Amino acid sequence: MTDQPGWIKLAQGREGAVLQAGGAWTVEYVAELDRQVESLPKDTPARALDLGEIEAIDTAGAWLLARATSQGERQEIPWQNLPPEFQPLAERVLTAGPKVIPDRPRERTIVDWVAEVGAGVENVWTETLDLIAFFGEFVLATGRVIANPRRFRWIPLLVHIEQTGINALPIVSLISFLVGVVLAYQGADQLRQFNAQFLTVNMVGISVLREMGILLTAIVVAGRSGSAFTAQIGTMQVSEEVDALRTMGLDPMEVLVIPRVAALIITLPILTFFADLMGLLGGGVMCVLLVDMTFGQYVGRLNDVVTATQFWVGMVKAPVFAILIALVGCFEGLRVTGSAESVGIMTTRAVVEGIFLVIIFDALFSILFSILSI
Amino acid sequence: MPERSANVIEIRGLVNRFGEQVLHDGLDLDIRRGEVLGVVGGSGSGKSVLLRTIIGLNRPAEGDIRVLGQLTRELDDEALRRLQTRWGVLFQNGALFSSLTVAENIQAPMRERGDIPQELMDELAGLKVKLVGLPIEATAKYPSQLSGGMKKRVGLARALSLDPEILFLDEPTAGLDPIGAADFDQLIRSLQQSLGLTVIMITHDLDSLVTICDRIAVLVDRKIKVGTLEELMRDPHPWIQSYFHGPRARAAGIAAD
Repeated sequence: MTDQPGWIKLAQGREGAVLQAGGAWTVEYVAELDRQVESLPKDTPARALDLGEIEAIDTAGAWLLARATSQGERQEIPWQNLPPEFQPLAERVLTAGPKVIPDRPRERTIVDWVAEVGAGVENVWTETLDLIAFFGEFVLATGRVIANPRRFRWIPLLVHIEQTGINALPIVSLISFLVGVVLAYQGADQLRQFNAQFLTVNMVGISVLREMGILLTAIVVAGRSGSAFTAQIGTMQVSEEVDALRTMGLDPMEVLVIPRVAALIITLPILTFFADLMGLLGGGVMCVLLVDMTFGQYVGRLNDVVTATQFWVGMVKAPVFAILIALVGCFEGLRVTGSAESVGIMTTRAVVEGIFLVIIFDALFSILFSILSI
Repeated sequence: MPERSANVIEIRGLVNRFGEQVLHDGLDLDIRRGEVLGVVGGSGSGKSVLLRTIIGLNRPAEGDIRVLGQLTRELDDEALRRLQTRWGVLFQNGALFSSLTVAENIQAPMRERGDIPQELMDELAGLKVKLVGLPIEATAKYPSQLSGGMKKRVGLARALSLDPEILFLDEPTAGLDPIGAADFDQLIRSLQQSLGLTVIMITHDLDSLVTICDRIAVLVDRKIKVGTLEELMRDPHPWIQSYFHGPRARAAGIAAD
């Protein structure tokens, strides 16, 4: 571009001041032109705007000229001598203006803030109710499928078992092994002060079987599969696939939700079992290295101190956590509306709520077991 | 006035191939300043690929593309970015950023420039919204709150954000009702005339071809044929014949019954 950058000035004539503008009034120079227009004295009236020397103009430039002719003392002064080839553009911009700025939203007050907090609390409450209602629908749909087992969808079930179970095995195993290692290491260090290192075995065995194995598995699965459920169903929601299902008389609960929940009910206990094994293995490796015992002694001692009850206390939670994670994932997926952004928001929410519920229910289980003195 | 050549885009010997499949084979095309060029062709004939190649989203296997006198193949990143501000693209479904409001969508290309004050950007976004025929209240809305036709208008406003010289439109009237499509055609035509734009539009809408296109480019046999509607209707090529003389062409008032 060889155009001269635009300029504007106030020239005093015999019949009063005239605004003169020339050069290229284009978006390329818009920041500089904006400064020039703003620095014009606002209290000097002008008779007209002379555009005889304009070389190029676009909508941004025309807009700034329009602003120059409607500021301060200069209201709606006429434009003169605009080269004819720029006429249509200038007219177009002038008819679109002058009101192109929406009214600014008013300042937020403390009342707005309080109202927002209230709305947030109400939101949490209604969402909790919705989730409980969703659980109810799920139970009814499950009842229908059990009464008529041919409606159960086996192939999606197998696909989800592969995705949520088999594919998760390496990461769950690795994490559990490492946590077993860390537990044994920290435990042995503390217990050595009381000359009771051998109790490390009790500690590792009981904490891995009762809590760590299942809790870590559930958290990994919530992050991995709960989020995947939300994203899958949410994307289907955005592309109207869920609506398509409904119009065909297919219940999304039966087609989408039940196979996913069933898959997690099957895979979470299996993953937990592997997590238990790997956790105990990790603890064993550390015991061999830090406490004076062979691996055989470790297994023997484990056999003495850990009863089958400890194992079942952990395992019994797995199907419950599976239902929580899968239901929250599907629930948030079906709540997706319209945009891709909404898929992201709901996926985050599914993971956070999934983990939150898992921990709440873990605490409830602890209370239950202590009442039952298990 | 700087000297301006008559052609804003010149394509010479363009070859595009994907694996075994050759999509364009030595394609030549000149697009003149200030015209509305309609691009038509059967499904899979490479209309969208041609558009993507011109705007630099697809690297051609062979051939030269000159946009506004610059050979795109030889430009470095910085020069290409500068060139990109001189054209605007309207994608088929608007391709609006769903996390941004209408005003922020329109301001996105301006913000990239970095030197425009926020207040001015607000004004310019409002101006663009008015120019494409939307009410000013639309600026605060998010794309998910807009109808399909409004999304296209916002997409057009965003394409015009930096006052480009060239406007690329990918099926601008697809998915609009006939009244909305006719309105959109008129909007494109009036903006093109008042802002002095060169418009390249891929379209299947025979009404758009008749009402607003100065010339039509037909993609057949991996090459392109350009002409006015009258010239193309005399072309003996079977695909062109059936395109411009089919029942839908008659409905659009192109061919005689």
